[in-house]
Order: sequence, then C-alpha cells, then structure tokens
Amino acid sequence: MGIREGMLALLADGPKYGYQLKREFEVATGEAWALNVGQVYTTLQRLERDGLIEAHETDDKERHSYRITDRGQDTFVEWMTQPIEPSVANRDDLSMKVLLAMTSGVVDAAVVIDVQRASTMTALQDYQRLRAETPETDLAWMLLLDRLVYQGEAELRWLDRIEDRIEQASTERETTITATRATTTAVTRASGSTND
Amino acid sequence: MTERIVLSMRSVGKTFGDGVQRVDALLDIDLEVAAGELVAITGRSGSGKSTLLNIAGALDTPTSGTISIAGENLVGLDGKELALLRRRHIGFVFQEFNLLPTLKAGENISLPLELDGVPLADAREQAEAALNEVGLDGKADRYGDELSGGERQRVAIARALIGQRNLLLADEPTGALDELTGESVLQLIRSRCDAGAAGLLVTHDPGWAAFADRVVRLRDGRIESITHRSATPPTLERLEL
Ligand SMILES: Nc1ncnc2c1ncn2[C@@H]1O[C@H](COP(=O)(O)OP(=O)(O)O)[C@@H](O)[C@H]1O
Ligand SMILES: [Mg+2]
Repeated sequence: MGIREGMLALLADGPKYGYQLKREFEVATGEAWALNVGQVYTTLQRLERDGLIEAHETDDKERHSYRITDRGQDTFVEWMTQPIEPSVANRDDLSMKVLLAMTSGVVDAAVVIDVQRASTMTALQDYQRLRAETPETDLAWMLLLDRLVYQGEAELRWLDRIEDRIEQASTERETTITATRATTTAVTRASGSTND
Repeated sequence: MTERIVLSMRSVGKTFGDGVQRVDALLDIDLEVAAGELVAITGRSGSGKSTLLNIAGALDTPTSGTISIAGENLVGLDGKELALLRRRHIGFVFQEFNLLPTLKAGENISLPLELDGVPLADAREQAEAALNEVGLDGKADRYGDELSGGERQRVAIARALIGQRNLLLADEPTGALDELTGESVLQLIRSRCDAGAAGLLVTHDPGWAAFADRVVRLRDGRIESITHRSATPPTLERLEL
C-alpha cells in the first residue's frame, strides 16, 4: 500500500495535522515503515493539488490540519473496493529452477522439489506455531499468519502436483517412444500391403 | 527436561502378501516420539502411513525390526498382553468416529478405566474432568449421534488420553470435518501434546501436518524426509492499519 492511500485512510477517519499523520501512519504499520516529514508533506501537497484533501484549521505555529474532501472519500472507497490484480508469477524463481532442472539435466528436478518442500514445510510449521501462540483477538496478526499459512499450503500442493506431472511425463515419454515405434512398423506394413 | 521416549521404532519393516502379491508397505523405519511432542506422518496415498500408525499402536505387528511403547518391548508379547498395553498406554482417533454407539460420551471415556479396575464413581469423575478439558462440559450423557462430528472427535481425544494413557495416535482425524472444525480438533491435539502427551498424527494435508514439531514424509514405505520447525520462531513484520 502506498503512502498516499495510507494518508487518505487516516484522514477518512477525521481531520489531522501532518505530524499526527506521520506518527499514526508509523504506528499503524507497526513501526515497520518509517516516514520522514518531507515525504508526508509532499504527499499532502499532491493530495491537495488533486482536490482529494483540503486545509482545515491552522494552529498557533501556523501549521495546517487537513481534511478529506468528498472526492477524496470517493477515491479512497474506490481504491478499497477494487480487486488487486492477481500477480501472474510465470517467471518466479521456483518455476524457473524446476524448468531449468528439467532441461539442463545437471540437477534432478526431483531434488529441487524436495529441497523446496522441506523448506516450505518448516516455514509452515513455524507459522502454525505462531498462530497457536497468537490470541484470537489479535486480528491484524492473524490476518497475516492465515495468509502465510494458505500460501505455504498452496505451494506444497503445487510441488506435489508438479512432481506428479514430471513423473507422468517421463513415463509417457517412454510409452510414446514405444508407441511411435509400433505405429511406424504398422504404417510400413500397411503401405507395404497396398503396394502389393 | 530429560526426554521421555514414549514410542520407539527401530528398523521396522512390514510386508503384506508374497510372490507377485508382495507389498513392502514399510521399509527400515526408525522413529521415536517423546512425551510432549507431536509428530506428523505424511505422504501420498499408499505410502504406508496407516500401516505405520497401526504398528505404532500395536494393532499390527512388524515383519522385521523392533518396537517399544512406554519402555516395554512389544516383540514376543501375546495378543492378551498387547491388548492390555494398548488399554493402558495408547489412544486412537480415526477419521471415522470410533465411539461405541451404545455408550454415552462419558461412558466411552471411562470404559478403559473401568476395565482397569478403577471404581465406577471414580472413573466417571475422571471422565467428566476429561470432557471439561476438551471443552465438552456437561455433555457426558450424550450419545455419539447426539454430538457433532467435531464434538465426537473431542470425545475420542479425551478417551485417548484418559488415566495414564499418553500416546495419542490419530489417523486423518480431520478427514470428515470442515476446515474450521478440523482446525479446532488439531489445536486440541496440539495442546494435549503441549500438556505432555506424545502424539503421532497421520495426515496427507500439509496444513494439518504443519501443526507438528516434526513432519515425517513417507514415500513407498520409506522415510523420505523429516522437517523440524525452527528452534526460534521467525520474526515477521506486522501488518496493521
Ligand atoms: N492388509 C493389507 N494387505 C495387503 N496390502 C496392504 C494391507 N494394508 C496395506 N496394504 C498396502 O500397503 C501399502 C501402504 O498402505 P497404507 O499404509 O494404507 O497407506 P496410506 O495410509 O499411506 O495410504 C499400500 O500399497 C497398501 O495397498
Ligand atoms: Mg491411510
């Protein structure tokens, strides 16, 4: 999420001063995302220029508080209710590794899969433990952990599935080779017989 | 804390049938489960999970290797001795609910104690307390078909760990439950192990397997890999607004 949307979200809650926005944004993101004052004021100026917020009150140090405009409110609600485009990860590292293993033949694809499976399972075990230790009331934390758990599960299922596909492909390749030989022989025989 | 090994399997193998019918269901399995630990067995269908669990629970005997439960070597015990050992130390939870339908929830739990000579009133009292512990206070007089699927699994878990029993063996215990109920059953198994039981959980579901301290993956009857959870939990960046 961008600083812009973060500022709008906080202002949707009521008018605030720049220094308040900076502090509340940092608290809201668990102090993980530190902002400098400059970033806050640049963002506020742009939002004001775009008509999404407007100056509200001025304190004795000549600082402005801002409030969200109707247009700002609409923009924020629209952003919140639009789906996030699914990221099409057709070039992620793991898929690349598996494909390269299959083509290069230097490292077995099965090894790549096994190594990844063990690592993802360990992570999943850690997330489940964290989930168990988190109070149900800590929704923010649960939201994140649930997401990580489901992502881990999905990756493990995917690994099982591609392992199946690779095994199947290698047996089918053998069958195809045999089948092709058989067909070739049959065709040769057939054409041979019409020639008779 | 000194590790108390509740279940120990050494070079265990199991073969069914012979000639062209021969199936090596388990090959060279080494496995230990200590008190306070939950171990998951995972792997594809047919990889040997249920066979391993049945042998761990003395419901079946290995073709080779040794197994001991609560320090007692099972090799050479006769059927009656095995039954006694099961009753004293081991509890099972299966996918299909395995409560005795003609008994009430409380009676299902107190039965193993009564068979062991615990006075009736005493046994019932312990069953009542065990039901409280799994969140089923006041449901002692319900019959199996008067309980939901999740509640029946809770009764099975309470029964599995009644008295001095402390080896909990579960084969796909969430197989017939929805996601949320399944999760609460898994949480209960996890917390019973945290409280000191030794647990062995068979599941093909990676999400459920991840509740365990160790995940043992079987492939064609052999241990393919073992994963442990990290000694120190990872720190994650919080996501809040
Ligand atoms: N009683 C039995 N007789 C013959 N074969 C069996 C018997 N029980 C299991 N098997 C075989 O042993 C293998 C492992 O089975 P099982 O332990 O049930 O696997 P899982 O529980 O992982 O699906 C399979 O090939 C299965 O067909
Ligand atoms: Mg099975």
